[in-house]
Amino acid sequence: MSYPDGRILLNSQREGQVSRFRAWVLLAVPLGAILFQVYVPLFFQFLRFLEVPLLVVVYFAIMRRSQISGLVIGALVGLAQDSLSNKPLGMYGIAETLVGYFAASVGMKLDVDHPFIRLLLSFLFFIVHRFFYWIILRAMLGKQMAFDIQTTLVLALLNAVVGVSLFHFLDKLRETA
Amino acid sequence: MESFLNRYRHITVLLLVICAQLVLLAVQVKNDQDVRFIRIWTITAVTPVARLVEGLRGGSVGFLHNYITLHDTNAENRHLREEVGQLKLQVIFLQNQLNTADRAKALQIFQATTPSKTLAANEIAIAPGTDSKVVTVNRGSLSGVERGMAVVTPDGIVGKVTAAYPTASMVQLVTDPEFAAGVISQKGGVRGTLKGQGTPNCKVDYVAVEEKVEVGEWFYTSGDDRIFPRGFPVGIVRAVRTPDRANFKEILLEPVGVQHGVEDVLIILQGVHQDIPDTPPANQPVYLEPPVPASAAGAPGAQPAAVPAVGTEADKLRTLYKAIGDAENHTYGEGAPGTKPPDFNIKLPNGATGPPTPAAGTGIAAPVPGAKPPGALPQTGNPPDAVRHANQAAGDPSGVSKK
Repeated sequence: MSYPDGRILLNSQREGQVSRFRAWVLLAVPLGAILFQVYVPLFFQFLRFLEVPLLVVVYFAIMRRSQISGLVIGALVGLAQDSLSNKPLGMYGIAETLVGYFAASVGMKLDVDHPFIRLLLSFLFFIVHRFFYWIILRAMLGKQMAFDIQTTLVLALLNAVVGVSLFHFLDKLRETA
Repeated sequence: MESFLNRYRHITVLLLVICAQLVLLAVQVKNDQDVRFIRIWTITAVTPVARLVEGLRGGSVGFLHNYITLHDTNAENRHLREEVGQLKLQVIFLQNQLNTADRAKALQIFQATTPSKTLAANEIAIAPGTDSKVVTVNRGSLSGVERGMAVVTPDGIVGKVTAAYPTASMVQLVTDPEFAAGVISQKGGVRGTLKGQGTPNCKVDYVAVEEKVEVGEWFYTSGDDRIFPRGFPVGIVRAVRTPDRANFKEILLEPVGVQHGVEDVLIILQGVHQDIPDTPPANQPVYLEPPVPASAAGAPGAQPAAVPAVGTEADKLRTLYKAIGDAENHTYGEGAPGTKPPDFNIKLPNGATGPPTPAAGTGIAAPVPGAKPPGALPQTGNPPDAVRHANQAAGDPSGVSKK
């Protein structure tokens, strides 16, 4: 659902439409995304590159147009990912909290129903997520890892493409006004 | 505050959530030294505050202790002042002990070397009066001190006894205005009268303007006053002036006997005149080894060593044989073989062979009667120092060196 005049930037926050979701959607979709990330790659190794929980966070953040909702969703999803990983709790949590907050902030200014915007936001926030995670790794765990920009860009593009499709599917779960 | 939180509630919530997760991370993560970050952060956060609080507390307590409640400081200050005073007194006492020991040693050396009969004494009091130059010493008539005796130190004359009491004596110093003594200069032998002025310096009166006296010249006692024996150092000339139309020079003399104090002095009980030395005396006393004991110098009655013969050994033998031949009317070279040879073992009379007379039969030179052996101690009117030391060691309570 795009705005009729085809603008990407909104003149004011009031122009933005707040999407509402049922509670089970807010609960089941992130949970399904997490399960997908930890379970599907067991059978399909090539799907390991997908950051479905991140895409879900970005989607809910930009669609709900609420920074608090975005950061809460990001924090919860991130902590859930941490719980299932061998990393200390908070690594994904902090990164996805920041992604959720900034995604909501950006989504308030943009026409988030536009496919290109969704592609762009998914691409950018994947990079932002990787960057924050890399910083936390270095700062908190002292891991001297290099930030592989090329790989990150490729993965960001792939996730963005998948994200556009995912977002289109999730649009079906929105409550109608 | 509430409006502030409402305005920035989104960022506030973000920060809270991030902080909460950071805390969660810090609880789990450890650093290289296996210390959890939460502990490090807590300590890092708390330490500056604790340091600040402790600094404030310490500063406040110190301020109160050092500036407000000064009763301890005052008492401590009093205590330290008393301690410093006691230490100063102790230092002065020890310095005095050291000086006394040095002076005593110098006096002992001087007493052992001077031919005069002396008595050691210590200053015990000074006479009242700002311009008075009279002191009291701890030797009196019971020790043989009499009025008019000279008082000296190893450096020079000090004064004379003006009153002798049984246990103490009054000594008028050379600087006293009423003091006078006969003096003589070292170089020119100029005679004059030393007079005190009540100042550290004295003057030499009655030196004619024609006489030559130089600055830096030494004056010695002349012995003319019948108080000070001749030859004791008096002082150094510091200034010489010749006033217009005056008959006498004005000579200012710095007395050397009182330069180092008069705490320890010697009273000359029986003076011996000495020659005026050719060179000024050294300022510092010179340590002298003790004299050779009588046993080493030769027992009483022992024959002194003979004068060594002049010439070679052949000359000595020739002289000896000639004397023997003369004594036996023997002419060397005339006796036929088988005739009786001269007796070379006869004892020749003393002086028969002249000054280098060897002892008959021993080859040792016999002493010449009446001749003074050069190696013997000089026979002066004074006994050797060893005798005086022995007398002192014998227990003379007065410490008088006896002749």
